[in-house]
Amino acid sequence: MMLIKCPHCGARAVTEFTYGGAAEIARPADPVGVSDAQWTDYVYMRDNPRGVHDEVWQHSAGCRRWIAVRRNTLTHDVIATADPGKLPHR
Amino acid sequence: MILQAYRLPQGGFIDRNKPLRFRFNGRDLQGYAGDSLASALIANGVHLVGRSFKYHRPRGIFSAGSEEPNALVQLEADARTEPNMRATQIELYEGLSATSQNCWPAVGMDIGAVNNTLSRLLPAGFYYKTFMWPPSWWMKYEHYIRKASGLGVSAHDPDPDFYEHRHAHCDVLVAGGGPAGLGAALAAARAGARVILADEGFQPGGSLLHETTAIDGMPATAWTRHILAELASLPEVSVLTRSTVFGYFDHNFLTIAETVSPHAPRAPRQRIWKVRAQRVVLATGATERPLVFADNDRPGIMLASAARTYVNRYGVRPGNRAVVFTNNDSAYLAALDLHRSGVSIAATVDPRPQANGEIATQVRAAGIRMLSGQVVVRARGTRHVNAAEIMRYENGRTAGAVERVDCDLLCISGGWSPAVHLFSQSKGRLRYDETLTSFVPAASAQAEQSAGAARGVYALADCISDGYAAGSQAATACGLSPAPPLAEPVVDRPSPGTILPLWRVDTDHTRRAKSFVDLQNDVTTADLALAAREGYVSVEHLKRYTTLGMGTDQGKTSNINGLAILAEINAAQIPAVGTTTFRPPYTPVTLGALAGAEVGPHFDPVRASAMHGWHQQAGARFINAGLWKRPQFYPHPGESLQQTINREVLAVRRRAGLVDVSTLGKIDIKGRDACVFLERVYTNRWRNLAVGKARYGLMLREDGMVFDDGTTTRIAEEHFLMTTTTANAVRVMSTLEYWLQVHWRDLDVRLTSVTEQWAAMALAGPASRKVLARVASADVGDDALPYLGYREMDVAGFPARVFRISFSGELAYEINVPADYGLAVWEALLEAGQSSGITPYGTEAMAVLRIEKGHIAGMELDGRTTPADLGLEKMIAADKDCIGKRSLALPALAAADRKQFVGLVTTDGRSAIPRGAQLVADSGHPLPNPILGHVTSTCHSPTLERPIALALLSRGRERYGEKLYAMSPLTGANMQVEVAHHVFYDPEGKRLRGC
Repeated sequence: MMLIKCPHCGARAVTEFTYGGAAEIARPADPVGVSDAQWTDYVYMRDNPRGVHDEVWQHSAGCRRWIAVRRNTLTHDVIATADPGKLPHR
Repeated sequence: MILQAYRLPQGGFIDRNKPLRFRFNGRDLQGYAGDSLASALIANGVHLVGRSFKYHRPRGIFSAGSEEPNALVQLEADARTEPNMRATQIELYEGLSATSQNCWPAVGMDIGAVNNTLSRLLPAGFYYKTFMWPPSWWMKYEHYIRKASGLGVSAHDPDPDFYEHRHAHCDVLVAGGGPAGLGAALAAARAGARVILADEGFQPGGSLLHETTAIDGMPATAWTRHILAELASLPEVSVLTRSTVFGYFDHNFLTIAETVSPHAPRAPRQRIWKVRAQRVVLATGATERPLVFADNDRPGIMLASAARTYVNRYGVRPGNRAVVFTNNDSAYLAALDLHRSGVSIAATVDPRPQANGEIATQVRAAGIRMLSGQVVVRARGTRHVNAAEIMRYENGRTAGAVERVDCDLLCISGGWSPAVHLFSQSKGRLRYDETLTSFVPAASAQAEQSAGAARGVYALADCISDGYAAGSQAATACGLSPAPPLAEPVVDRPSPGTILPLWRVDTDHTRRAKSFVDLQNDVTTADLALAAREGYVSVEHLKRYTTLGMGTDQGKTSNINGLAILAEINAAQIPAVGTTTFRPPYTPVTLGALAGAEVGPHFDPVRASAMHGWHQQAGARFINAGLWKRPQFYPHPGESLQQTINREVLAVRRRAGLVDVSTLGKIDIKGRDACVFLERVYTNRWRNLAVGKARYGLMLREDGMVFDDGTTTRIAEEHFLMTTTTANAVRVMSTLEYWLQVHWRDLDVRLTSVTEQWAAMALAGPASRKVLARVASADVGDDALPYLGYREMDVAGFPARVFRISFSGELAYEINVPADYGLAVWEALLEAGQSSGITPYGTEAMAVLRIEKGHIAGMELDGRTTPADLGLEKMIAADKDCIGKRSLALPALAAADRKQFVGLVTTDGRSAIPRGAQLVADSGHPLPNPILGHVTSTCHSPTLERPIALALLSRGRERYGEKLYAMSPLTGANMQVEVAHHVFYDPEGKRLRGC
């Protein structure tokens, strides 16, 4: 069972968190101005990396804050956690 | 009471002053405190304990530990019965009762043994090959197959015991309390670490408990007691016995199953520990491998180390005349110990041309007959071994004449395999060691290290030192100073010679006999050869096809032999064949322990509204809505279900009704940008909503599908109260938090879930205004509180929020009061409405009311419907963006043939439309019949006095008046229906405006 360090509460078991998908998926600023292909890319298409992946999780059974988690999908190592948008550059 | 005829006159780690009575297969027997069930059976000369899984062959006690494949018993009876319990691990207690498994009528005379005679008809994959046709017969086959094969039976009665879970954190968790584990715990504890040492045995010590060698000048058992005493004196050390570390999960999270009762009074039967450890030391020891030869499964054949354990630790004699068959020197220790205990050693048999270690020299000095360069090719005897057939072994082949040596005990040893199960579960990588002929840990994936025999370090002194070093390192890794150095343990143990790999004895002499690789699953060398011929090259496929390594022991004694034989057959290297995946649990864990205390009423938390007690007293029947208990209806004596619903519905339509809607999600929204936020999450317009007004809102997912709906009220300029559906309350809250915290961090908005803080009730019906007016402190007339208006006032003397909103389609008010006042206000409203015929109603009547009105609910919000599908396209404001709006312009979501929300009536006006029915144009069309849509909600409408339904239908709005068929394969229904508008009742909405 993974241990995730909530930036606000400290290290907590993964059962306190809810997965929220990939981090830093920018929503098009002008949805009407983008093509169908660009829009569906934003809505549906996600990388599924074998290795390091930036994600968002909610500390749903804790402080309820959404946090950014950099995690290795292969080894389940949690590399870094931060407030959304605040992960260090890779 | 039978005498313990096979008990040695002295010795053993047992208490001869504490005799214990127990029953096995109806016989009253006696053992001693400190016995396992297996050792107590051996003391009484009982070797035949069960029948094998497939061939029903007689089986005896094979090992002395958790690797036991054969001696599985049904422990106790009735509600407390446990199947497949390893007799080798059951600690004997007064009054224990156990029986043999998989035999009928008795273990000595078993009808199923005919399978052994028919075995040539039952090869590997027999079931897959035989019971395939016709597929529909499988249900019949299965019943008899399950009956004929298998192991114990589970309890059928409710479990009378209780279980618990316990969470723990420690610096160093040590798995295994043998020499390496004790050494590790000692070092870590001396360094000041918080230590948990867990051992699966009922006495810690592992192999030290059957060790005859002195350590530092004292007997091994005394040395063990000495170490345990020091551990007990340290406050930060917990030593758990009867506690198996059975799972190793991510981030050093490990699970331990501890058996507590019947060894402790008023205690849980078992306890699961969930441990998060900074460092882990795996001192899980090694498992001795069997040798594979013809009829190697007979009772009286056991692992050499097990024979040693029975003699030294338990003081019992597993036989009178032994043959020891080994390819390595460790079994010679068994020969020496048996010899010393008065068991005559008929011969030792060793395929090596010359056993060259110092231990072998001692055997020779003891005058024991040693047969070098020879192998046992077959065991004789059926219900007990009575002789070994021996041949010469040259260049990997048997040769010469067969010599028969009489014996009633055949000790075997094919070498040792480190117990790498937990290491592999931790995702560590293994390496095959040619010298040790076994897989050993190579690279860790987590903060752990293996020590002692678990990593192939076998010499006793080395095990202690290795464990001590590992424990010290683990403590250092936790930031502590290293433990004081340990003086090299002084152990008088001659060094062993080298092992000769011998994976199977293959000889023409025994061509037709069975050589078992996996004793528990009756997998033979012939089965492996057959599987290889049929193309099963991967070891994982081999496992599934032959069942090698399956079952309750998960192949602890068979896996390495099996894959080595597979490698031999395919002329492959053992490392290339690899191992199957090691998965938790290491040994079986009962479901009761896994469930812990979360059973019965504690299975799930219950959410109940402030008025729950009233509902119960009124005789309400409840329905689960998530964790909520909601009143479904309030039946009167003698009413049918339909009559109750009709009565409640008609009361709302004609007079007044009161329903508890506390379960609706309520989200308090405050902040400078609260209105901007609502504009982004709802499809419709919010900027123009006046303070004191409510509005229906529609929320989409980013993919354009309707997510949720509800009313939101502007309580003050920068303060809104949002309501959500009961089902989506949590999800909506989480989603709103997501957008605010991840994407719109610049918005000044605060969200608070207030669902639990407010009791909510809807007062509905033409008389509702009159009823409310009697208890309200303010004017509730149409001018003061118009449709979709909001006012704060006192209701029955309590501060209340009153909303003029309607789900039923009637004039209605929703009243929210702080939860503590909920019951008082509920009762006051009923009191005030008594003269108007007010009726409490439940979720069933509420559903009928909304179907009559054509409102959407969960059945229509199935994640596949767009606003246009539901006829709600006018809810989308043209001049702003919101979540999901852009997706609605995608071609697939704007397609003309999408399913649209419609109503249905039956053409006969009587027959109920089954829920989930499919809509087709022609009920006689050959299959597959093109499906045009499906029924989402259905009811009998007491208002319209006919069955009605809501449906999603392709091009539905073009089909009003069209006749279709509703077909349900589930109910067999096939009826004609007519498509109608989805609003059946008061389409102009005059009644809800109530003027």
